[in-house]
Amino acid sequence: MSPTRIAAAIAACAGLIVLALLPVYADAYFLSLAISLLQFTVLATAWGLFSGPTRYVSLATTAFFGVGAYTVAVLGELLAWPLVLIIAAAIGVLMAVIVGISTLRLSGLHFVIFTFGLAELVRQLVIWYEVNKTRVLGRYVFVDITQSDIYWQLLGLAVAVFVIGWIIARSRLGFALRIIGEDETVAKHCGINVTFAKVVLFTISAIFVTLVGAIMAPRWTYIEPSIAFNATISFEVVIMALLGGAHRLWGPALGAIPLTLLFEFLSARFPSASTLIMGIVFLLIAYALPAGVVGLCDNVTRRWHEQRAARGAKA
Amino acid sequence: MMLAAPLVLEISGLTRAFGGLVAVNALDLTVQSGEIVGLLGPNGSGKTTALNLVSGVLRPDDGAIRFAGQDIAGMATHRIARLGLGRTFQLVRVLDGMDCEENVRAGLAFHPARLACGEMQEAALRLLERVGLKGYERRSATELTYIDRKRLELARVLALKPRLLLLDEWLAGLNPSELLIGITLIRSLKDQGMSILMVEHVMDAIRSLCDRCVVMNGGHKIAEGTPNAVLSDPAVIEAYLGAATDA
Repeated sequence: MSPTRIAAAIAACAGLIVLALLPVYADAYFLSLAISLLQFTVLATAWGLFSGPTRYVSLATTAFFGVGAYTVAVLGELLAWPLVLIIAAAIGVLMAVIVGISTLRLSGLHFVIFTFGLAELVRQLVIWYEVNKTRVLGRYVFVDITQSDIYWQLLGLAVAVFVIGWIIARSRLGFALRIIGEDETVAKHCGINVTFAKVVLFTISAIFVTLVGAIMAPRWTYIEPSIAFNATISFEVVIMALLGGAHRLWGPALGAIPLTLLFEFLSARFPSASTLIMGIVFLLIAYALPAGVVGLCDNVTRRWHEQRAARGAKA
Repeated sequence: MMLAAPLVLEISGLTRAFGGLVAVNALDLTVQSGEIVGLLGPNGSGKTTALNLVSGVLRPDDGAIRFAGQDIAGMATHRIARLGLGRTFQLVRVLDGMDCEENVRAGLAFHPARLACGEMQEAALRLLERVGLKGYERRSATELTYIDRKRLELARVLALKPRLLLLDEWLAGLNPSELLIGITLIRSLKDQGMSILMVEHVMDAIRSLCDRCVVMNGGHKIAEGTPNAVLSDPAVIEAYLGAATDA
């Protein structure tokens, strides 16, 4: 390992310890802000795991998030917490495999539309079931989970999403996905089972989204389908990931963090005009940073290297 | 009489229609081991559709395709590729977001015979050298000239260790000196025993490379034989130039 690698690893560990101790020294407001930041970091990074290399824009975040949250609403009081999380993840896997097999053979555009409809479909199914079978619409979530617990779970999930993303990027699966994103026909002719590769990655991404939904559920004390399946999340996550740059593992986080802070600031300072201001901000971002923050960083480092090379040539 | 070499590809009665248009109609075609077969015909005669049926992009309506001892008609493209069928495309397809070595690794990485990481690097460099792209491994595919993109595509396809190579107008669009390089490259593959089925319009290339030609028109096979025989066949001349009116 090179010295810079070791230094980076030490810095990452130190940073992680500081982050892990945050509930000890931060007040309630900062803890809740940190939870929002972690939530969107995991969601955007998980979105980028699949949509970054394949360039399939998924609007299914709401569907999986909602399934996770609603699983907690139904089972939270009945079973032990880890078991609830495992069941939520399992439902997420099942749904991802079914959706993946039935839609990932389609072109990118069909996929976008289908995933957009998926959240609404699942929401209507849940409402239909609750109204006709259980006769409860809206459930109280009384589980023994504190804000600090939520924070630590999300932090663990964030570490997991980065580690798994790092492993995938270096695996044959990650390489296959990059080839599929470049040219699906070529990928097939290289011997890649493209449907299988896409379904596997879509499922991995969906597990994280579902778990975020489940972990966040205790934050609300009352959950009904329209709260759990809130379509805005899908769009926010896409915008964050694109702002950061979805073609790198750490790109979406670079979009998620500033945008979450901006959301927070705008909704506190300009509650009535916040959506309007956000819209203008998005337009400016799309205009000024078409390749995202990652693209900007790449440009800056490339220019720096070129200048250094030019100076070296003169000397 | 010479003993016939074993068949690499055996197509019989292959048929595929798009709505009312029968693009490939009861096509019979064979490729022997080590042979270059030219697939000729005017535009729209069904040549590329035939290649798409063989490589699994399209499913045949009828007929059989035997390749590597298996019936591959209707099999998924990636499975056919793993059996050792390599294919280049009419409009050259390379992976623009990657460098040349990664482009070749795309062909190596999913082969059933897995290579270790170091071996893969070595194999990729060897393949780049094989097609004349030595020293290009770190270049992005976007920086390459037209012929170099074609070479890169070929290197990626050769990485599959194909038993049969399908070349879809690989020589089209090259200038005369590039054409010479291209013909030499394909001949060197044949000299190493590669079996090739090539769709081609460049007559010089067909005459100098092909052992045998099959000519299609309107989905049907209208002629088969040595290049000189089929190119002087009246039915073939008529298909390319239209019926002679004032002869």
